[in-house]
Amino acid sequence: MIVDSFKFLPRTYRPFYDGRGPFAGEEEPVWAPFEKRLAESRIALLTSAGMYVKSSQPSFDLEREQTQPEWGDPTWRAIPSATPAAEIGVAHLHINDEDLLADPEIALPMHLLAELESEGVVGGAVAEHLSVMGFQKLGLRDWRQTAAPELIAHLQEQGAGGLILAPA
Amino acid sequence: MPVLARWIEAAGIPTVVVTMMPSVAEERRAPRVVGVEFPFGHAFGMPHDRVMQRRTLELALRVLAGASKFGTRVDMDMEWPVPLREAYQAWQPKVASPIVRKLLEAQRSQQNSS
Repeated sequence: MIVDSFKFLPRTYRPFYDGRGPFAGEEEPVWAPFEKRLAESRIALLTSAGMYVKSSQPSFDLEREQTQPEWGDPTWRAIPSATPAAEIGVAHLHINDEDLLADPEIALPMHLLAELESEGVVGGAVAEHLSVMGFQKLGLRDWRQTAAPELIAHLQEQGAGGLILAPA
Repeated sequence: MPVLARWIEAAGIPTVVVTMMPSVAEERRAPRVVGVEFPFGHAFGMPHDRVMQRRTLELALRVLAGASKFGTRVDMDMEWPVPLREAYQAWQPKVASPIVRKLLEAQRSQQNSS
């Protein structure tokens, strides 16, 4: 089955996404070969659902987005892989957060990944998965200049051999 | 998100993007793509449906580890088990986002002035 990329998108939003091509300077292929076996690799997850740990982390800044609609908070959060679902908060003004709060695994399946680790399907999971808030327009430059290098350094420190990114 | 995958891939870490808009991820030149015909916010499936979530995560792992070349896209062969009209409304925020409100207001004022 070939997925219809616009099945759930309101028709008026489609021109913002369809046929826009690559960002300037992002036309060329980039490729890092996956050289090890999965069973020997440590895997990381990244969600753009704006998840954070309620007891220890600030929410993403939604107040500023309310006053500056083109801006989205470009910061990121490290989510410890054993964080219970009840500890996960969601800060994202562009989606309904009910299902995400009821079961954060739908966007950040870190307990499922731990299960696959215990079965030997993957070699391991990083100690801390990653979360960003995916609405970035004016924030994209900050994402590139600040968040991306920090995310890369964090993944390297944790020995991540591969990353699964899931846009919200 | 595809562009974030590109930056991370360029640093030597293989990536796969699991997305409900795989054609957009392809256009944005993501290295590996898994397409899912699921509503926004639900990249791995229905809440509490561990079988569905696991199938998606396993496909993502297979594409991450087994894709042989840049631009590989594999779509998940699974339909969303909720009627479209209901699912279409359920994923959207109860209050329109600030940017959507702004665009709607601009549209309205354009209509009023014409």
